[in-house]
Amino acid sequence: MSSETNKILTTDGIPLEESLKKAERKNKIKAFLLVCPLLLFLIITYVFPIGEMFTRSIDDKMITNMLPNTFKSMESWDGQDMPEESVFENFYIDFKKLVENKEHGKLAQRLNKEKNGFNTILKKLFRQIQRNKIDESGSFKEQITSLHKRFNNVEYWRAIKRTAPPYTMAKYLKGMDLFIDENGGIAQVEEDRRIHRILWLRTLEIAFFVTVFCFLMGYPIAHLLATLPMKYSNLLMICVLLPFWTSLLVRTASWMILLQQQGIVNDFFVMIGLVSDDNRPEMMYNKVGTYVAMTQILLPFMVLPLYSVMKTISPSLMRAGKSLGGTPFVAFWKVYFPLTIPGIGAGCLLVFILAIGYYITPALVGGASGTLISNQIAYHMKTTLDWSFASAMGLMLLTGVLVVYWIYNKLVGVDNIKLG
Amino acid sequence: MALPKYTETRYRVWHYFYLGICTFVFFFLIAPLFVIFPLSFNAEEFLVFSEGMKRLDPDAFSLRWYEDMIYGTKNPWGLAAKNSFIIAIFATLGSVILGTVAALGLSSRHMPYKGLIMATLISPMIVPLIISGVAIFFFIAKVGLAATHLGIVIAHIILGTPFVVITVTATLSGFDHSVTRAAASLGSNPVNTFMKITLPLILPGVISGGLFAFVTSFDEVVVVLFLAGLDNTTIPIQMWTGLREQLSPTILAVATCLIVLSVLILVSAELLRRRSERLRGINR
Repeated sequence: MSSETNKILTTDGIPLEESLKKAERKNKIKAFLLVCPLLLFLIITYVFPIGEMFTRSIDDKMITNMLPNTFKSMESWDGQDMPEESVFENFYIDFKKLVENKEHGKLAQRLNKEKNGFNTILKKLFRQIQRNKIDESGSFKEQITSLHKRFNNVEYWRAIKRTAPPYTMAKYLKGMDLFIDENGGIAQVEEDRRIHRILWLRTLEIAFFVTVFCFLMGYPIAHLLATLPMKYSNLLMICVLLPFWTSLLVRTASWMILLQQQGIVNDFFVMIGLVSDDNRPEMMYNKVGTYVAMTQILLPFMVLPLYSVMKTISPSLMRAGKSLGGTPFVAFWKVYFPLTIPGIGAGCLLVFILAIGYYITPALVGGASGTLISNQIAYHMKTTLDWSFASAMGLMLLTGVLVVYWIYNKLVGVDNIKLG
Repeated sequence: MALPKYTETRYRVWHYFYLGICTFVFFFLIAPLFVIFPLSFNAEEFLVFSEGMKRLDPDAFSLRWYEDMIYGTKNPWGLAAKNSFIIAIFATLGSVILGTVAALGLSSRHMPYKGLIMATLISPMIVPLIISGVAIFFFIAKVGLAATHLGIVIAHIILGTPFVVITVTATLSGFDHSVTRAAASLGSNPVNTFMKITLPLILPGVISGGLFAFVTSFDEVVVVLFLAGLDNTTIPIQMWTGLREQLSPTILAVATCLIVLSVLILVSAELLRRRSERLRGINR
């Protein structure tokens, strides 16, 4: 049986298989071309910039470009004793060039971050150069070291050498309250300055508890909505959908009114005699306010996926469970609950990820304890303009989110997500 | 939800307890929105119910904060509302066009690397907003569009398209492709087929995706805070600054208007959803 004669041909004389493949390829290209505009748009405006955040966060090229000759001559220096004359000479050449370009201030700022004290001694060197006090035919080592005793301290030269690589992990370490010490090891910052670790923990804590609260409150009402007859559930659904469509800031504003000391919630507590009128508890500008407001704001994101999963579960399953001898609780736990896990997963994932990147509501109702990692990122973007640090923290947060995804995928499977 | 007569007492108690919890949660969800209404008509400056309001004294109510919102001197709300609407409308148009076209490609069974591409397309919805904000800011600043309407529109298209892609692919999943083949066999070209056959059928999905995109843009504050200059202030930015400085009744007047707007959006979204389900033949 030769394959030559058995091939089915189309009317054009081309083998059918080939012709089909061609059509398939054409369809593939057509489908791809349709996706192309959006894909390209997102890659250019969104995916690349996230990549740029990474390069920005580890970028330390500025100083590498400022002291090219110094770093070159330092390559052969082992960092033990004072560097040789050539290092001093090249440092002088580089620095003089920076002075001419009026960029020495930036260098001093950068080196001062590496080791305190550079600002003063570089200012001294700058003044000497301005007054032409350095004799370019003499020994640079002698002249520079005689300017200030710190120039004679090998620690300072080591600090310069440490800044040579064009990339640095310093911003990531700073985000975890760590830094590179004089010996090149990783050390912790002083205890009273460890602010970032507190913020990370607080962000995680709030995101976690808000997710738990949303789950505890969302599950019963999703169940009720899914089991009630259509005409009632549609009406109740408005209670979920109206907040969902309402501006986040409007809802935050309403919580600010409710929770203030003279607010309605406190009025109510006084009325039922829970607290006395002159001893009204502070419910805003602390974690209570953050939890209450964020739970209410994110609750619809829990209810909607849960509802859409519960809607597909046939009520006869519960009846079957009960008829086989299970009490309602057993039937619920063994039959109904496992079936809702995809919805629970989707809801929790959604709420957790939204909560972890949240900062508007905590910033308004959380007071001092409402500062989360996102606030810090925004603060560095807008106020200190330390964009590389903001990028580093953003990417650390993103990594955290991706880890959550990964775990979720292992546990539930992303394909099982159901939205609305 | 009436219980059968034979229900044991403990389950009966549990059932009413459960209904009680549900009532509380529904109240918790919806009640905060209704506090804003009466207070925005307060005649006084304080954000508490005055004695007069509790007695329903007509003098305790007034429209002065609404007047202040519209005619108040140096009031930013007019400009902010104008900007918000312009930006949201263009961002919605952009998201809907890009998202619908992409969804058409994605729901074709010939689409290669579907999972990966879908993940990329909906990533702006999944990545925390603050990170998206930083990344988008870098792009917008690099192309020199910071503090322009166009820059904010681009940012909001990025944030809005995932919703359109998701709703339109969902609508297309129940779409009977034989109708487009029928159109093609009758001699219609692809563009004509799309405009006359596909689009009318998926329109509910497209519009509800567009509504999502509109609300996303209209309510977005994190990214706008990075991008906006003084001329591009939007309603969320003004609300944010207002709430941070001092909670004034004027903000409540604005908030009331926004709630009314969201009721309108909710009603249209709900009507569209039902229509879409009818068209897709889902009967419940």
